[in-house]
Amino acid sequence: MTNLAIEANGLRKSYRHKDGDKVVLDGIDLAVPEGTIFSLLGPNGAGKTTTVQILSTLLRADDGQVRVAGYDLHRQPDDVRGAIGVTGQYSAVDKLLTGEENLLLMADLKHLPKSEGRRKAKELLERFDLVDAAGRPASTYSGGMQRRLDLAMTLVGDPRLIFLDEPTTGLDPRSRRSMWGIVRDLVADGVTIFLTTQYLEEADELADRIALLDHGRLIAEGTADELKRLIPGGHIELTFTDTHLLESADRLVEAGVADPEALTLQVPSDGSVRAIRELLALLDEHAIDVAEMRVHTPDLDDVFLTLTGQQKETIR
Amino acid sequence: MSALTLAARDSSTMVRRQLKRLIRYPSMTVQLIITPVILLLLFVYVFGGTLGNGLGGGRHVYVNYVVPGILLMAAATAATGTAVMVATDMTEGIIARFRTMRISRASVLTGHVVGSVIQQLLGMAVLVGIALAIGFRPNATFVEWLAAIGMLTLFVVAITWLAVALGLKSSSPEAASNAPMPLVVLPFLGSGFVPTDSMPTAIRWFAEYQPFTPIMETVRGLLLGTPIGHNAAIATAWCAGIAAVSYLWARNTFNKA
Repeated sequence: MTNLAIEANGLRKSYRHKDGDKVVLDGIDLAVPEGTIFSLLGPNGAGKTTTVQILSTLLRADDGQVRVAGYDLHRQPDDVRGAIGVTGQYSAVDKLLTGEENLLLMADLKHLPKSEGRRKAKELLERFDLVDAAGRPASTYSGGMQRRLDLAMTLVGDPRLIFLDEPTTGLDPRSRRSMWGIVRDLVADGVTIFLTTQYLEEADELADRIALLDHGRLIAEGTADELKRLIPGGHIELTFTDTHLLESADRLVEAGVADPEALTLQVPSDGSVRAIRELLALLDEHAIDVAEMRVHTPDLDDVFLTLTGQQKETIR
Repeated sequence: MSALTLAARDSSTMVRRQLKRLIRYPSMTVQLIITPVILLLLFVYVFGGTLGNGLGGGRHVYVNYVVPGILLMAAATAATGTAVMVATDMTEGIIARFRTMRISRASVLTGHVVGSVIQQLLGMAVLVGIALAIGFRPNATFVEWLAAIGMLTLFVVAITWLAVALGLKSSSPEAASNAPMPLVVLPFLGSGFVPTDSMPTAIRWFAEYQPFTPIMETVRGLLLGTPIGHNAAIATAWCAGIAAVSYLWARNTFNKA
């Protein structure tokens, strides 16, 4: 049995408002195996940051049993703190200190011996491409550099479990790609990553398992492929020049759904090259000419939109 | 390592962080040193002749009288800076990071306090240096100097913990800059600039019982030989009380947030 880095049952949190309580998390269950990337995906205001703040001991949950890195979150918060690293949505660097000083500050707070701290700082500056900027105050860094320094600071002391709260929000595409590369390298070293994101592409690229969070509830959970299978949508659409050809094709392909008005035939498919080649070969054998062909594969967008019933504009 | 050694180690790390920040951002320190110096010059050279006549001497008598008041006023002004700095720090993501680390939580605040105390004692040293140059003539022995420095340090520690608590309680850095304002006025409503017996009854009553007066009287007595009486004990009790209450208040506020 694999050990769980995070295990939560019935996690609840609400905030008191003048007009009644506002429920932010409404009974969340999580199980994140060690050494994997788990992504919590959801639109703004879904409760992602609140979840991270609770799991990283910043906030107290109202209810729920939670174990993080093997420790009880409520009874042993200091042991949890010793095992985790957190990189939040807002830059958590000391802007008046230089990049190197920020890293050495972390090393001191992790109680590393001086020489070990200096070695670690040097290694991280190199790994995160910050050697040239090491002596400059962090306030002079670009957004991408601050985010890299932020993550580098989190890595001082080698945490086993890292929380990344929207690590690429506000970054340009190139910085985002480089952040993804860094995250993949971390997991290769056996670290567990709990990642929140509002970018479907990011969850699809990085995560072993994805949970969809909407209005404080988990509405689906699984691998990207499992989630995509949750909804119908993968198909090949063939267009023919006349009804006769359409009917012949419809008879030939059992699962097809014909639309005589549009002269199209929708064939359920995973959209792979092999499936397309087989379908076209079959039609070719029977001398049925295809005028046009379109392949539609479902993506996480479809899953998300179907499950949340949201308009596309509200998520990115 | 025991919890206490770890707390001490974290605190010294945080003090180093704070000192680096003060060096990186010197404009605050410079402002905190210059403001009381201007007040000193203003009170000695503009008001000093007339006020000194009221004390039965003249400008050179007034210089001696006013220095303890200006010293406390400098600390009160600096408290405003500390409150703003703490409130600003709390808005930064780095504090959230500290909260997710296995460190002594109070060390973040201790860093601010020790940094500010060092900053203020430096400011006071500059102030005394300038006061000596313009005619301040204390007659204190070495031991009396040490006692005066001790009294002032105790006061600065107390007022800085209070400033840290006020900074933590403030909703924004702007609000934090207003919170310690009453502290700046207290030296005036005490024996800082004129003796209390020249004041109307109600104000005199307040002036004699508020904490700044016994502190100023103690410093004045140690440096210039005026009678101290019970003031030293009362001053020490006030400072210890303010420091203890403010420390607990600040620590609870920080832990709750």
